[in-house]
Amino acid sequence: MASLEILGKTLLLDKEGHLANAGEWTEEIARELAARNGVGELTDRHWVVIKFMRKVHEQEGEPPSIRRITQESGVDTKALYQLFPNGPGRKAAKIAGLPRPKNCI
Amino acid sequence: MTDPQSRQPVERVSIIVSRGSLEGVYPGLIMANGARMEGIEASLFFTFFGLDAITNKRLDHLKVATVGNPAMHIPTVLGAIPGMSAFATHMMKKEIEKLNIPPVREFLQTIHDAGGEIYGCKASVDMFHLKKEDFTPLVDDIITVGEFYEKSAGAQIIFT
Repeated sequence: MASLEILGKTLLLDKEGHLANAGEWTEEIARELAARNGVGELTDRHWVVIKFMRKVHEQEGEPPSIRRITQESGVDTKALYQLFPNGPGRKAAKIAGLPRPKNCI
Repeated sequence: MTDPQSRQPVERVSIIVSRGSLEGVYPGLIMANGARMEGIEASLFFTFFGLDAITNKRLDHLKVATVGNPAMHIPTVLGAIPGMSAFATHMMKKEIEKLNIPPVREFLQTIHDAGGEIYGCKASVDMFHLKKEDFTPLVDDIITVGEFYEKSAGAQIIFT
């Protein structure tokens, strides 16, 4: 299994390159992952999305679809694509320490 | 087989929607939206009966074709009974909603907001005697086939 050296820790990754264990995630790790994945500095709007995704994952075991993020988090489609460019659902999930979303929508 | 690591990722897609039935339109919308979700550039080109999917007064009323579609598992004579298409459409819309797939109008808006481009085919627009005002304002432009190819530079072209 691949792993990631981050902030002095070694974290296991799944086959998609996302954290294998969502429980190891911290906000510091999110900031570092954002910087490494072309998202840059995390703003309040980024955190709205990340926290919403973490909450849904914790309650339901899976990260939400992009449509659900835009329906329920308060961040709309346009904003979401600006906040997390080049594949918003997957990128936001990666930064949130969650697996790749398994949705077609 | 090429080594999966060395395969060139898809960077742009141009999706042609040529049919106007519900089941003819959704695959193109799902693929365009799915491309944007993965950071792939996407444009949609609606041609022939596919124009119904961007025609303002028609796009909320697309129907499932119940005749001439063996995969519906309804004998053609039954599919032709009045109300059958409306019934099948109702059932399919319910299933679509269950999967949290948006209705056509909202889906076009999502694709547009996600940076996808939406075009109508000029030859079809002329053939059906339609005008720019007949389309949803989400349509970026009505273009010729030549312009379509120009806009598809470097893209994979997918016909649906």
